[in-house]
Amino acid sequence: MTDFTKRTLIRLAGLGTLAAAAALVGCGKKEEPAAPAATAEAPAAKPEPLKIAFAYVGPVGDAGWTFAHDNGRKALEAEFGDRVQTSFVESVPEGADAERVIRDMVNQGNKLIFGTTFGYMDYMLKIAGDHKDVKFEHATGYKTAENMRTYDSRTYEGAYMAGVIAGAMTKSNTLGVVGSVPIPEVIRNINSFTLGAQSVNPKVTTKVVWVNKWFDPPKEGEAAQSLLNQGADVLFQNTDSSAVLQAAEKAGKLAFGWDSDMSHFGPNAHLGSAIINWAPYYIKATRDVLEGTWKTETTWWGVKEGAIDLVSVSDKVPADIRAKVDTIRAGLKEGSYNIWKGPITGQDGKEVLKDGEVADDKFLHGINFYIKGVEGRVPAGS
Amino acid sequence: MEPIALLIAATMNAGTVLAIASLGLLINERAGIVNLGAEGMMLVAAIAGFATGVHTGNDWLAFAAGAGAGAAMALLFGVLVIWLNTNQYASGLALSLFGVGFSAFVGIRYTQERLGDRPRFEIPGLADLPFVGPAFFKHHPMVYIAIVLTVVLAWFLYRSRAGLVLRAVGESPESAHALGYPVRRIRLLAVLAGGALCGLAGAYISVIYTPLWVEGMIAGKGWIALALTTFATWRPARVLLGAYLFGGVTMLQFHLQGQGVQIASQLLTMLPYLATIVVLVLISRNPTFIRVNMPASLGKPFYPGS
Repeated sequence: MTDFTKRTLIRLAGLGTLAAAAALVGCGKKEEPAAPAATAEAPAAKPEPLKIAFAYVGPVGDAGWTFAHDNGRKALEAEFGDRVQTSFVESVPEGADAERVIRDMVNQGNKLIFGTTFGYMDYMLKIAGDHKDVKFEHATGYKTAENMRTYDSRTYEGAYMAGVIAGAMTKSNTLGVVGSVPIPEVIRNINSFTLGAQSVNPKVTTKVVWVNKWFDPPKEGEAAQSLLNQGADVLFQNTDSSAVLQAAEKAGKLAFGWDSDMSHFGPNAHLGSAIINWAPYYIKATRDVLEGTWKTETTWWGVKEGAIDLVSVSDKVPADIRAKVDTIRAGLKEGSYNIWKGPITGQDGKEVLKDGEVADDKFLHGINFYIKGVEGRVPAGS
Repeated sequence: MEPIALLIAATMNAGTVLAIASLGLLINERAGIVNLGAEGMMLVAAIAGFATGVHTGNDWLAFAAGAGAGAAMALLFGVLVIWLNTNQYASGLALSLFGVGFSAFVGIRYTQERLGDRPRFEIPGLADLPFVGPAFFKHHPMVYIAIVLTVVLAWFLYRSRAGLVLRAVGESPESAHALGYPVRRIRLLAVLAGGALCGLAGAYISVIYTPLWVEGMIAGKGWIALALTTFATWRPARVLLGAYLFGGVTMLQFHLQGQGVQIASQLLTMLPYLATIVVLVLISRNPTFIRVNMPASLGKPFYPGS
C-alpha cells in the first residue's frame, strides 16, 4: 500500500512538472515594462505612464500578420518612451478566451487596448460597455461604441501594385493566388491583384486555390505547388506564412511577400513584398489618448498615410514597370490615383463599375464577386 | 498527361510525411503504448532539424537531429508511462502541449532564417521517361525511404522473431513477462523508435517539404498521423495507402479548385479527411479483422509485480 502511494505521488509529480513546463512555455504572456523596478519608487512628480495592451491572434514569430502588429507596438514604444508602458498577449483565440484575456487587461490598469483580429469584435464591444474609462481599438471590424473604434489597412493597394509586376513578369499569362479564408477583404485583394496585372497585360488570368485557413505552412505550400503544376508561374498569397514564396523558390518560379518584408526567404523568387505598417496608426491612437482628443471613428489607412507599401522590389523587374509602380504609389499618396475605377467587368460579364465611376469605401467593403479574368467561383458563404 | 504526372508526384510527396510519422506511431501501438504527443514531438523535431540545417547546411544531419529530438521527447514520455505508470493519454497530451510551447520558445530566433537552395533529386535514366519519370522518379530520397520502411516494418512485424515478441508485448504483456521477455525495455525501445520516426517526419517538413520554421507549423499533421494508425487497423501497408490517399485527395482538391470546378472550396477542404476515413473504414469493416489486429493491451499500463 505504501509503495502504491509513493508511486502515485511520483507519477503525479512527474505529470505535474510536465504540465507546468508546458503551461509556462505554452502561453506566451509577456510583459515588457519600460522600467520595471524604477516605476515603484519613482518620484511622485512624474506622471504615471499610459498603460497600453495588445491582444494578438497569432504568435509574434509568425513573420506575417502578428509580426507586423508587434513591429507597430515597438515603434509606438520608441516614439513615446517612458510616457507609455505596453504589454501583449499572443495567440489569443477568436472566441470566449478573448473576452477573458481582454478583461484581464482592463483589470491590470490598461487604459488603451488594441485587439488585432476580426473575431474579437463582439467581446470587445461587451467589455467596452462595462469599462467606459478604457479606450478600445479594434482592427478589421465594423462595430463601434463611444469608447471603441475600428481601424484597418487598405491591403488591396499593395496587392494591386504586386499585380502590376506580376502581369509584366508572367510568361504563361497565368497567375496563381493562394487564398486564405473567403471573406470580402481577401476577395478584394485577389481582384485588385488581377486588376493590376491586367493594367499591363490584358491576357492575364488568375487561378485561385483556397486553403480555408490563415496559417498552415505545409498546406499553403501544397496549394502553391498545385498552382505551379497547373501552369501558374507567378504566385501571390493572402495567407500568413512565407510557404508560398518558398514553394516558388524551390520550383524556380516567382512570388511575392505578404504583410511583412519576406525578400530573404526567396532570393530568386521574390519580386516584392506588399507590407502593412501599423506604426503610424498606433502612434496616432496613443497620441489621441495622451492629448485627450480620442473620439469614435473608423479609420482605413493605405499608401497615403504610410500604412501600406510595396517594398524590396526585385532587380528582375524591368525599369519601366518599376517606374509604373512608383507612379502608382505616388498617385495613391496624393489621392489622384484610383484602383477601383470603371469600367470594371465582373466574372459573369456584367459591368460592376461604369466607365469613369470610382468605387467608394462602401462598395469596396462589400466585394464578394470575382472580376473578369479570375477563374473559378467565389466560395459560398462570403 | 503532364499535369496528372505532377499530381501523382505531389501526392506521393504529401503522403510521405504522414506515412513516416504514422508508421512510427504504429510501432508504439503494436507494443501497447498510445503516444498522443506526436504533434509535440514533430514540432520539436522540426525546429531541431531546421536549426541543424541552418548551422551545418547538411540535410542528413538535420534529419538525424530531428530523429534524435523526437526520440528524446519519446524517452521522457516512455519513462513516465512505462516506469511510473502514468496515464498514457494524459501524459501524451501533456507532451504535445509541452512540445508546442517548447518548440516555439527555442525557435524564436529561427523564424527569419532560411535554408540554402534546396537540392533536386532524380533517378538517372528513369527520370527522363515520359509520364512515369516526373511522376515517380524525381522525388527526394525520403519518399522512397518511406516505401522501404513500410515493407521492412511489415516484414519485421509478421516475419521476424523480434516482431513477434513486440506484438506479444502489445497483446499480453503479462504473458510476455512470464515467458521472460523484458516487457518494459521492449516497450521503451518501441516508444523510442516511434519518437525517432515522428521526429524524422517533423524534420522532413521543416527542412524539405516546407523549408522554413514558424511556430505551430506542423499544423495538426501529428494528430492526422495518429488517427491514421487506427483507421489503418495497425497494418503498415494500409498506413501507407491511407497516407497517399490523404495526400492525393488534398492535392486533387487544390487541382480541382485551380481548374475552376463548381464545388464549394469548404467542401473540397473537407474531402481528404472524409475520403480517407470512408475508404479505410470500408476496407477494415470486418469487426473480427479489427479485433485481431488491434493490440489487446493498447493504452493499458503494465505492472510486472502483479
